[in-house]
Amino acid sequence: MNATPGVFAVLGVLIRRDLLLALRRRAQILNPLVFFVIVVTLFPLGLGPEPNLLQKLAPGVLWVAALLSAMLSLEAMFHSDFEDGSLEQLLLAPQPAFVTVLAKVLTHWLLSGLPLLLLAPLLALWLHLSPEAIVVLMASLALGTPVLSLIGAIGVALTVGLRRGGVLLSLLVLPLYIPVLIMGAGAVDAAASGLAAGAHLSMLGALLLLSLSLAPWAAGAALRISVE
Amino acid sequence: MWVWLHKFGSPKYFYDVSGKILPWVGGATALLILVGLYLGLFASPADYQQRDTVRIMYIHVPSAWNSMFIYLLMATAAAIGLIWNIKIADIVAAVSAPIGASFTLLTLITGSLWGKPMWGTWWEWDARLTSELILLFLYLGYIALQSAFEDRRTAARASAVLAIVGAVNVPIIYYSVQWWNTLHQPQSLGVGTSAIHPSMLWPLLLMAIGFKLLYVTILLLRTRAAVLERERNSVWVQELVQDMAVKSAPGLTRSNHEQR
Repeated sequence: MNATPGVFAVLGVLIRRDLLLALRRRAQILNPLVFFVIVVTLFPLGLGPEPNLLQKLAPGVLWVAALLSAMLSLEAMFHSDFEDGSLEQLLLAPQPAFVTVLAKVLTHWLLSGLPLLLLAPLLALWLHLSPEAIVVLMASLALGTPVLSLIGAIGVALTVGLRRGGVLLSLLVLPLYIPVLIMGAGAVDAAASGLAAGAHLSMLGALLLLSLSLAPWAAGAALRISVE
Repeated sequence: MWVWLHKFGSPKYFYDVSGKILPWVGGATALLILVGLYLGLFASPADYQQRDTVRIMYIHVPSAWNSMFIYLLMATAAAIGLIWNIKIADIVAAVSAPIGASFTLLTLITGSLWGKPMWGTWWEWDARLTSELILLFLYLGYIALQSAFEDRRTAARASAVLAIVGAVNVPIIYYSVQWWNTLHQPQSLGVGTSAIHPSMLWPLLLMAIGFKLLYVTILLLRTRAAVLERERNSVWVQELVQDMAVKSAPGLTRSNHEQR
């Protein structure tokens, strides 16, 4: 006899609800991806079509574009729930705040990180990355984009109550993204120049574990402050 | 200890005590920095390799130490304010941020001036320079968040979360940037070991302590101002202002009293 549902049940219900809501507004999912593609396209146009140059810059360009597009989609994480008051209800519900945050983060990653991961190889081909480097790029994005969602959740939770939180959000979140950028781009760079990328990928994995254990807790505390 | 902490946390008590400490701290700051500057700029020898440019170190290194120290102190004060609801801790965290940002900026500017003759470039994407720049971004983010909220209490609590998250991140950023690129000279000062000659070490240490005290002086001044501003509707501040008015222009206020 258990009155309150288990943590995983709640997690599943929340994710299903958010995915369903997102599917009703498909443009919101597509926009950050289109942004990602356009930003990557801008670089060859700005730098010239020289294959060697593009190949050299590709890891950094792809990772910076991924970072920016992940950041752009962050605001949607709590915004509509905050507007219609359901965020308050979610925080009043018996499950701990970090479960709510974790559900939101997972949804955000499924809608922004995962499509980005699938789209990246195509763009990497445009920039003449070698096949080995593309494999490492996907591995680094798989480990790195969840970290972006997790750290981003803290920033959104802090700014959700503010009327013009957008620019402020980027100011708060981008400096915290720097280690992910360094390790992610470093891994691809190492693979592209024929070196082992294992160390960089391990560091990304460590960042993922650390942010997975701390970020939902911090974002939950921040949400409670913002909603108050 | 808790009784003491809460007593010290009350704005009025803090205002009284800090007023008594302030002249001493301020005097010590002036003395240490003056002596340190004299020793550093005139009495110490020029470096055999870097010649007179080495004297930039006496400003650069203490402000770099301060920039990191203040971030830690700010995060600690913010955490204390968040956990135990102590007003003074909130204020200390809030007023520390601009001071810390200034020291960070000073570090970057003096480092840049030092880099030009030494490395032949104003700016180099070296690990320490870069992490100092990122530290400046963290300060700016904190200040921006702090000023984005209307309500003081919410501002203090939200930015406290950010400061703590930042403090967890600072070492990670530091090491990842270090791994990424390093040109800066290695640390010369460790615990118990020193690669600097005493004639240069002494002015450096004096300046380091002087800069710490300079921070404490500015912190006390700004915190006292913030306390007065936030508590302006409380009885003790009104009495204080009344007293000050009596002291500065006795005739004027007395006649006001008589009219009433």
